[in-house]
Amino acid sequence: MQTFDLEAEGLRALNSALHAQASTTNQTVWEILNPKGSHAIAVGLDAPIEVTIKGSTGYYCAGMNKQATVHVHGSTGPGTAENMMSGTVIVEGDASQYAGATGNGGTLIIKGNASSRCGISMKGIDIIVHGSIGHMSAFMAQSGNLVVCGDAGEALGDSLYEARLFVRGSVKSLGADCIEKEMRAEHLAILEDLLERGGCDAKASEFKRYGSARKLYNFNIDNAY
Amino acid sequence: MEKYLVLAYTSRFHELREAPAMCGIVGLFLKDQSLEPKLGEMLADMLITMTDRGPDSAGIAIYTAHSAGKAKLTVQADDAIASFEKLDDALCKALRGSVSMSVKDSHAVLEIQAEQMDEARAYLTANHPNVRIMSRGENLEIYKEVGLPKDVAKRFDIRKMSGSHGIGHTRMATESAVTTLGAHPFNTGIDQCLVHNGSLSNHNSLRRKLRRAGVHIETENDSEVGAAYLTWKMQNGATLGEALESSLTDLDGFFTFVVGTKDGFGVVRDPIACKPAVMAETDQYVAFGSEYRALVNLPGIETARIWEPEPATVYFWSHNTASTDHEEAA
Repeated sequence: MQTFDLEAEGLRALNSALHAQASTTNQTVWEILNPKGSHAIAVGLDAPIEVTIKGSTGYYCAGMNKQATVHVHGSTGPGTAENMMSGTVIVEGDASQYAGATGNGGTLIIKGNASSRCGISMKGIDIIVHGSIGHMSAFMAQSGNLVVCGDAGEALGDSLYEARLFVRGSVKSLGADCIEKEMRAEHLAILEDLLERGGCDAKASEFKRYGSARKLYNFNIDNAY
Repeated sequence: MEKYLVLAYTSRFHELREAPAMCGIVGLFLKDQSLEPKLGEMLADMLITMTDRGPDSAGIAIYTAHSAGKAKLTVQADDAIASFEKLDDALCKALRGSVSMSVKDSHAVLEIQAEQMDEARAYLTANHPNVRIMSRGENLEIYKEVGLPKDVAKRFDIRKMSGSHGIGHTRMATESAVTTLGAHPFNTGIDQCLVHNGSLSNHNSLRRKLRRAGVHIETENDSEVGAAYLTWKMQNGATLGEALESSLTDLDGFFTFVVGTKDGFGVVRDPIACKPAVMAETDQYVAFGSEYRALVNLPGIETARIWEPEPATVYFWSHNTASTDHEEAA
């Protein structure tokens, strides 16, 4: 295992070392000490490595991730796993605003709560939140899945495209064009798989599904200002 | 909303995803009196950590011990040596009361008889136009200047200050000029102060409204309008909590406010809440930082309760009540 003291060696050295790992690297396990809320830890990784961060991070942790597994033993600041392409990011604590924003693929697991704008403009990422999420989550979400074991804040799924939203608890309010939809067998199967991947012991049958009413897809003159 | 309009609306997305910049704010409210001698040191370190959120100007407000029957005016002058020379004698003569002055770089703290506060302010305004009043109160002292937090902290020897609570700000100017008066914290009334992260959109109309109501506003700064608004509300009978709650309706724009009162400390975020905020609480203190980084060196942070304040919710702690509950905004 490679151990890296971020406080002693600095962010640029850390990210350079992680970026230098090829897909055939033997240095597959990394542990980062003393993150102390620093920004941009383990961003832009593109190798099948496992990175464990021992503590809380600042902005953009594990942003643009490809292939790697990043496991944060703490909470994360804004923009966690933003624009992730593939791989897995696990946050043991809470994640601040816009976690998983614009994510194209991969899996983001948040074991605590996520703040506002979780999964905003997501494009294929799967986000599994053990706790609750804040307002304006999944705004303009295009594809992928957002699973929330707790509650959702105001304006969930505003102007949603084709992402699937599964919420176990209450939803404070739905955003424009977001509606509750029938949970069919195919959705239960997808959700069961997501819950298992996310390490949640919740039952799929306890969730409700939300999605796009598809009423904003075509221009309607009656809606013009 | 139509998808077509939504596409235009995505520009909002960039506003909502603010970069890690545009001002840093910190606050520290001590519950454990044994930490009071270290308040200045802890607060200065928290603020210095936030330097890259805004390098234009910095300031700190600290609630220090006070002598019975006395009050403090913290004043600033660009030509401090000339302006402060015999200022205490002149004020003493004008007030026919005791005045003591302690000069720290471009600032000076004038200690006067508490009941002579208004008279002292009127005298300084009329006779010493170069001397600007930064704060007034029994406990409050405000120090702020253009420059980096580390330089401002050094100029005013903030690390050596003790106190019960304090707030700080490092500024990236967006709405008005980089000047001492545009720096935070703002004094909002006797022993009251405020720091702001964000930008207010309706500050021009609100400034006109407040000026018509007789409120003195010095600069074109949006945060000063926010501070003046709270002062005006409280002058008209609102409590600080009520004033903060009504700010959620009357102020348009993005804001996280951290406020200090004689014995209390409060936080409120606008309903959109895109300006970052992290809080930590232990048996020894309540701390606020724009980012978690600002809090990492506080004692016992590893086991502190850490959370993000909810949008449109007023939080308030006071030395007078043990309660740490927050009140939900209407």
